[in-house]
Amino acid sequence: MKNAQSRRDFLKTTALTGGGLVLGFSWFSSKAFAPVVITANTLPFNAYLSIAPSGIVTIFSPNPEIGQGIKTAFPIIVAEELDADWEKVQVEQAALDTKRFERQLTGGSGAIKHSWERLRKAGATARYMLVEAAAKKWSVPAAECTTSKGFVMHSSGKKLSYGELANEAALITPPKDIKLKANSDFSLIGTSVKGVDNNAILTGKPLFGMDYKRDGMLYAVIQRPPAFGQKLKSFDATEAKKMAGVVDVVSFDNKVAVVGKSTWQTMQARKALQIVWENDKPLENSADHDRILKEMLNSSEKATVHRKDGDVETAFKSAHKIVESAYQCPFLPHNAMEPMNFFAHFKGDSIEMAGPSQTPEAAQKQVAKLLNLPPDKVTIELTRMGGGFGRRLNTDYALEAAELSSIIKAPVKVTWTREDDMAGGIYRPAVRYRFKAALDKMGNITAFMLHGASINAGNATRPDNFPAGAIDNLLVQSSDYKSPITTGPWRAPITNFLAYAEQAFLDEVAQAAGKDPIQLRMELLEKAQKSPVGKITYDINRFKEVSKLVAEKAGWGKKKKGVSLGFSVYFSHASYVAQIAEVILVKGKPVVKKVVAAVDCGIVINESSAKNQVFGAIVDGLGHAMHGNMTFKEGVPQQNNYDKYRLIRYNEVPEIEVHFVNNGIDPTGLGEPALPPTGGAIANAIYKTTGKRLYNQPFAEQSTTLG
Amino acid sequence: MAVISLKINGKSYQTDVDANTPLLWVLRDHLDLAGTKYGCGMAMCGACMVHINGEATRSCVLPVSAVENAAITTIEGLSATGNHPVQQAWNEIDVPQCGYCQSGQMMSAAALLAKNSNPSDKDIEAAMTGNICRCGTYHRIHDAVKLAATKMKK
Repeated sequence: MKNAQSRRDFLKTTALTGGGLVLGFSWFSSKAFAPVVITANTLPFNAYLSIAPSGIVTIFSPNPEIGQGIKTAFPIIVAEELDADWEKVQVEQAALDTKRFERQLTGGSGAIKHSWERLRKAGATARYMLVEAAAKKWSVPAAECTTSKGFVMHSSGKKLSYGELANEAALITPPKDIKLKANSDFSLIGTSVKGVDNNAILTGKPLFGMDYKRDGMLYAVIQRPPAFGQKLKSFDATEAKKMAGVVDVVSFDNKVAVVGKSTWQTMQARKALQIVWENDKPLENSADHDRILKEMLNSSEKATVHRKDGDVETAFKSAHKIVESAYQCPFLPHNAMEPMNFFAHFKGDSIEMAGPSQTPEAAQKQVAKLLNLPPDKVTIELTRMGGGFGRRLNTDYALEAAELSSIIKAPVKVTWTREDDMAGGIYRPAVRYRFKAALDKMGNITAFMLHGASINAGNATRPDNFPAGAIDNLLVQSSDYKSPITTGPWRAPITNFLAYAEQAFLDEVAQAAGKDPIQLRMELLEKAQKSPVGKITYDINRFKEVSKLVAEKAGWGKKKKGVSLGFSVYFSHASYVAQIAEVILVKGKPVVKKVVAAVDCGIVINESSAKNQVFGAIVDGLGHAMHGNMTFKEGVPQQNNYDKYRLIRYNEVPEIEVHFVNNGIDPTGLGEPALPPTGGAIANAIYKTTGKRLYNQPFAEQSTTLG
Repeated sequence: MAVISLKINGKSYQTDVDANTPLLWVLRDHLDLAGTKYGCGMAMCGACMVHINGEATRSCVLPVSAVENAAITTIEGLSATGNHPVQQAWNEIDVPQCGYCQSGQMMSAAALLAKNSNPSDKDIEAAMTGNICRCGTYHRIHDAVKLAATKMKK
């Protein structure tokens, strides 16, 4: 390779000459984008890394960064096994190429779990090649060589840097099997490593899809049906087309797009559109949803049974005591701070796209189908995402940009306003749960029933959730109503509210049984261990461990004057999180003073980032439990910006304390698992403070204002 | 349309836009200063925070014609290399998750600290409550403001 080459050329070259091993990638195609220094002569070792003679190690991080810290965590794992000097590591977002990287999506907190071993092998294999190259050079056995911080050392005192060895090492045949480090030898994993994009974020570099710009690019905003259940009848764009900066107004898929020379001009012109919408499906109100949810729970006849252990009916007949409650939550928008947007440039036989997507592979396939192109003619550049929370698992906004570009035959960026974003659907579904538990004279749970009713959630239960496995007679069933209101995954899908309902109900059961809430769960876990009933999908010991740890750290059982504690524990997305909320009464109002969390996500990759995720998830869980509410009138979302929709703010957050179990088990994700337990811990503590059970979210709608 | 002269981060710019265009969109679309973010367009979230003559001001509802003679500072002008004490503190505390709101957060913090080098928790709360962080990094924002204050004293 030549020394002087453009970044694009370099990337093309390495993709072609590096045995197809490295695929670099640039979306910094605008002059406004910061130049990224690519070291000349860098040598590809495998799909994940290359090393330059200067010693700079480039690590490609394949998964979309949404704020979960994956762009830092993945390279840490590679660098650990490589024994790289982190100061000399530069991280690049890899292109979408699932042949090379398999799972390139952000969802289900699954990236670390999926890629842990692959990433370690990528680093360890390259390290092996460097050691072999040094041993060959020195004519010594490789076993006499060690590595540290970017150097290979020999027992004789000889030492060569990775950069000095890169040329020869890259030619070594990679081993088929490679020995990985013992956990005790980790020196980077488990430390606090700062986000690799920090500097670009903190100096305002254009990192996000919203910031994407190309020469000659047009801007568009799109008017979509204002109510769920409506479609486009006709429109008149005469006035809009007269407005400054407007290039075109086109319609497709029940939408009207205004294309222009700037975002602001298109936003203004959209207001001048005269559009007639017509009803296509029933226009629903929130009161309809409340009624439908309740009706579904009145009958088991049409419910789908997901799990049935023992004989629930008989057990309830012989119950000493029955506890029964219903819990309900509303629809929620995701409200990622960066509204939806996407860039697309249709070129006839191909399309170039760029933007924020949690599922770029799905977007690629769907765009290919939509425009009748082969998938490899659809390129998608992955931009950093200003949050996602599940919204960007849906590809609607990317497809829209692709379709628009194919119509106007020009490069265009579609921007959603906040109103578009909040009123645009793909909400967390509204759900209502009914729980019923039978207790014997000793306060043991003899039967347990859960019926989940939902609007567009499919199955709103998780049938194998604890306490399933610990109860002889158990029935889990669901009912679902199909609504025109579009729904989708929202951070910790289903469990973001189911956890709250389950954990609050268990608190009620403990009270009825005259047992301490933690003790009740421990007894159930003991039972599941000694005489399991049916399938058990959770690890009993890990469940116990986080519960004990949080109890110890929060001083559970020790009386603190004026302070009430509420407990909650949840197994979510392969990680275990227990939380205890401290609530006090200030001027007659409950105040969440503190939340203590114990987290078992196995090995902690990056302590700083892991803590940040847990803190954020607790704040998110509290904020949405308190305030989150999306209501409808004649199919129209009633909240469409922050004047009507309240997100938690700086002045509302409690003190938070996080403890990791860090048990050396292979790591699992942390983007979602710390959110589900929060609502339950808080509601249980509020009950102890006020004597009032909170059955519905948002709490604020039940005249429970926090002081 | 009108030719508007602006002074941003100590540099002079001229741009031909509708006088009513909010400063935010002039920065982002016309001047390639995309560090200032669009979040809500109604001065509720603080993602678009800039300094106008040193005052933290939301740029999404501010007509560009209103700031023609003002000294405008954006995140790019806080320090291009990231060595403003607020940027340093934000990095040391490792504040960002997604990072989208953080330029607005930092502009609020920098305006506070320029006037009050020793802010109390109440002062910080008053200055930062106007900025939403959907990722919930508020605790780190608090710690970073405190750290930036100690850095500015040195």
